[in-house]
Amino acid sequence: MIVHDIRPLLAPTISILCAILIFWRGENTYLRRIFSISAAILKWVIVLSMLPGSLKGVIYVTELIPFTPGISFLLRVDALGMFFGMVSSTLWIITTVYAIGYMEGEHARKRFFAFFALCVSTTVGLAFAGNLFTLFVFYEMLTVSTYPLVIHEETPEAMKAGRKYLVYTLTGGSLILFATALVFYQANTVAFDQPGILSINSGVGILVVIFAMFMLGFGVKAAIMPLHGWLPSAMVAPTPVSALLHAVAVVKAGVFGITRVVYNIFGVSLLKEMASKGADVASVLMWAAMITIVLGSLMALMQDGFKKRLAYSTISQLSYIVLGVSLLTPDSVMGGIVHIVNQAFMKITMFFVAGAIYKKTHKKNISEMHGIGHKMPITMATFTIASFGMMGLPPTAGFISKWYLSLGALAADKPIAVIVLLLSSFLNAIYFLPIVYRAYFMKPLDGDTTMDEAHWTFLVPCIICALYTIGLGLFAELPFVPLELSRIAVTQFFR
Amino acid sequence: MLEFSQHCPVLMTITLLVGAALTPIVSRFRKKLSFLWAMFISLLSFFFCSCATWRLYSEGPISYWLSGWEPPYGIEVRFDYVSTITFLMTGLGVLIIFYSRKYIEHEINEDKFSLYYTLVLLLLCGMVGFSVTGDMFNLYVFLEILSLSGYALIAITEEKLNAMASFKYLVMGAISSLSILAGIALLYNVTGTLNMADMALRLQQFPPILTSYVALVLFVVGFSVKAAMFPVHIWLPDAHALAPSPVSALLSGLVIKVGIVGMIRILYTVYRLGGNINFIPVTNFMGWLAAITILIGAFFAFFQDDIKMIFAYSSISNIGYIVMGISLVSFTQPEKGYLGMVGGLIHIFNHAIIKSTLFLCAGALIYKTGFRKLSDLRGMGKKMPITCGALTIASISIAGIPPTSGFICKWYIILGAIEFGKWYFAAALLIGTLLVFAYYIKIVNAIFFREPNEPITKVDEAPMSMLIPIVLLAIGCLVLGVFAYLPLAVIRPAAATILGLPSTYIPGG
Repeated sequence: MIVHDIRPLLAPTISILCAILIFWRGENTYLRRIFSISAAILKWVIVLSMLPGSLKGVIYVTELIPFTPGISFLLRVDALGMFFGMVSSTLWIITTVYAIGYMEGEHARKRFFAFFALCVSTTVGLAFAGNLFTLFVFYEMLTVSTYPLVIHEETPEAMKAGRKYLVYTLTGGSLILFATALVFYQANTVAFDQPGILSINSGVGILVVIFAMFMLGFGVKAAIMPLHGWLPSAMVAPTPVSALLHAVAVVKAGVFGITRVVYNIFGVSLLKEMASKGADVASVLMWAAMITIVLGSLMALMQDGFKKRLAYSTISQLSYIVLGVSLLTPDSVMGGIVHIVNQAFMKITMFFVAGAIYKKTHKKNISEMHGIGHKMPITMATFTIASFGMMGLPPTAGFISKWYLSLGALAADKPIAVIVLLLSSFLNAIYFLPIVYRAYFMKPLDGDTTMDEAHWTFLVPCIICALYTIGLGLFAELPFVPLELSRIAVTQFFR
Repeated sequence: MLEFSQHCPVLMTITLLVGAALTPIVSRFRKKLSFLWAMFISLLSFFFCSCATWRLYSEGPISYWLSGWEPPYGIEVRFDYVSTITFLMTGLGVLIIFYSRKYIEHEINEDKFSLYYTLVLLLLCGMVGFSVTGDMFNLYVFLEILSLSGYALIAITEEKLNAMASFKYLVMGAISSLSILAGIALLYNVTGTLNMADMALRLQQFPPILTSYVALVLFVVGFSVKAAMFPVHIWLPDAHALAPSPVSALLSGLVIKVGIVGMIRILYTVYRLGGNINFIPVTNFMGWLAAITILIGAFFAFFQDDIKMIFAYSSISNIGYIVMGISLVSFTQPEKGYLGMVGGLIHIFNHAIIKSTLFLCAGALIYKTGFRKLSDLRGMGKKMPITCGALTIASISIAGIPPTSGFICKWYIILGAIEFGKWYFAAALLIGTLLVFAYYIKIVNAIFFREPNEPITKVDEAPMSMLIPIVLLAIGCLVLGVFAYLPLAVIRPAAATILGLPSTYIPGG
């Protein structure tokens, strides 16, 4: 059922208004906080109000303005869009609270919070995009509005990371634009309302070119190797940015784009048809994802910088989602989609912890973190929960994604994918558990074991996210949880 | 009203010409009066132009016969869809004259003020006349009017470098004018008429002969110089960078577009209808030149430190987009060329607005600080937030990031290139825009994310008379992108009629 509604437009607009208000009156710390928090909550409420409908399969549509004949700026909230929109708007509230604490005493806070709001606005717009063209517009806006956040420190290192970020993402963006034009030329539409708009009649060669361009384009933000180079360097950004943007908004935008292209532009039946004609592009994507999962984990092992290790872990985990998408079975896609939210909550917990430790002790490297668990037991407890999630131990959220991914891999007759997933769990254990061990079971270097916890603005977001990680695992089958929504998204793909 | 709006195309040209002639007399009474006079004249011609444009879209093209003589014998003034560019010319003219009031105090001697306004009005007159005339010889006359006033405006600051730049422009400009004049003479020789429509008809009757080919080549060369295509772009960077900033905005935003309008007139009005063009692959050749122009312009911009120099080189690159768009056509299947043509034409408008914003912002920075090098302008974002904000919006626009106005042409030209299977043109365009973004991000980085140097710590925001045009234009960059269907509604009939399709043509419909 399709319902014309203003809410899909309201959600991104609120954050844009928030950004404008902050530019206008953001010097005042209190006003800035009020704007940020109230916009975040308001937006969350609006997105949430569409959730019951989405669970019933309702699709909310706002047609904004025509662009050219055949294409318009269109916002359309289906289950997948709702899923991503819900994740970003929920995490925006939590991250805003965290950022208020973290950015205390930093420079250029007005700019920071304004662009922070802009980024979330474009992320939700991207989630609600009703056609490839609108998606592309928001994708590029996201690139531009993240740039000031990446280079926030303004150090030469940050500027270099920012440059790298732009080179990677804008080149990817150009490829997407080219591919979008090709799709429009072939199919005369770019809408997302069908499970696949291209047809085999266009010729296998051109379809392969289009697919490759999209994967290279979106693969930059999804950090599929070897397109991942920008992500570890971008970790120079302040931690809330790394948390929200480089664990959720930006990287998931890439994954989200890949999902859209695979299921709404190409469609399962076309990809299978192509495979039968010798152009098995989905398998190529699967192999790329599997290689990224393993290599990302191995590289994470070698990092000593806390955030760097998290970054490589993100690279590896993102490819779980890509893997699920590329297996083309209902269960695997469901596992992939649900991993969007699971990975987001687990990884954001870890980034919050990294930021809290840095702010408290100014330690950036894992090798310096002896006995940090004595000083900050609650913070480290949340980190431990998140690492269990990353390993995929039940009853955490990570287990649910792995379970469905494995089911899907077996259904697709690709047992190698299950082996990769198991190997990855093992590697996750190898690079996360030593941190936990070092924190709890080794004595601090200075011998000082008095408890000195982080400020509540740090602790509360950490705890909420950690509880969520467990909750998503324990209550996965209850109504109103992400799994149900992703199941609806999958039925929309496999119509 | 109908009777009146028919006169408008002539009235707006005459107003500017007479206004320019009277400016020195007006300034005799009071020095300050010349500015008000120029404002009044430009507003008046903008009003006439609006009336003509309104009539064009309600009732179709205006054909006006001077003194009532019928076209092949008398001189025809034609206000058709291509002429809507005059709306942009007069509109931008008003904003730029408004901006000039404060700015020229900075660069020009006080006794030259009235000369300045005279020349600006003459320049506008030349451009407007060029775009509305239906007569080949008038075309040449207006081209000379605008070129001469252009040379003088560059040299008006009396700096040595400016004189050099102006001279370089003059030499190249003279060559181009000569070759255009020779082209007109040859065509007159072949057809015995100077009216464009008539010329096209007669060319159709004769079998194609060598003379008309030579004329075509002469035209293309001549207008390529005016439009600053590679390899005859060398005059542009110095001329556009050294001129006073409002003049740079006029030159980069509008004057080079005159070369494009000339090409469109010759290629698509005179020769295509004449059926002569099929025998030499002139559009294919222009497409390749455009691709090279895009890359060369973007490449050289990269190494500049002077912000106006960066903008000047990026103009070359942008002219490449436009020419690429209008050269993606096929004379046997006019529908195929529609998308590229729309892309090229829309960028004439959008680039004019974006580039004017950039030059006016640069002008405001130079006016306030006296610096024009990027390394000296560091940290200005905190001192002049509005100017620098506008500069950023325009930079994002020119890099073609959606939803700003610079994106639209990218989309259409890529579609056009795919239509013809010339994916390498689309690739050149995309690489060009990436390079463009690389050097514009350098500007944004310098003004926002670097610490200011010592001498400019005491600088505040530019005066209102400069901020108003800048802000209006920057809003234009955004609005014309988001509400792209508004400019497209104007451009689509233009593209269709240029290709000989009905003005209501919709692709696939």
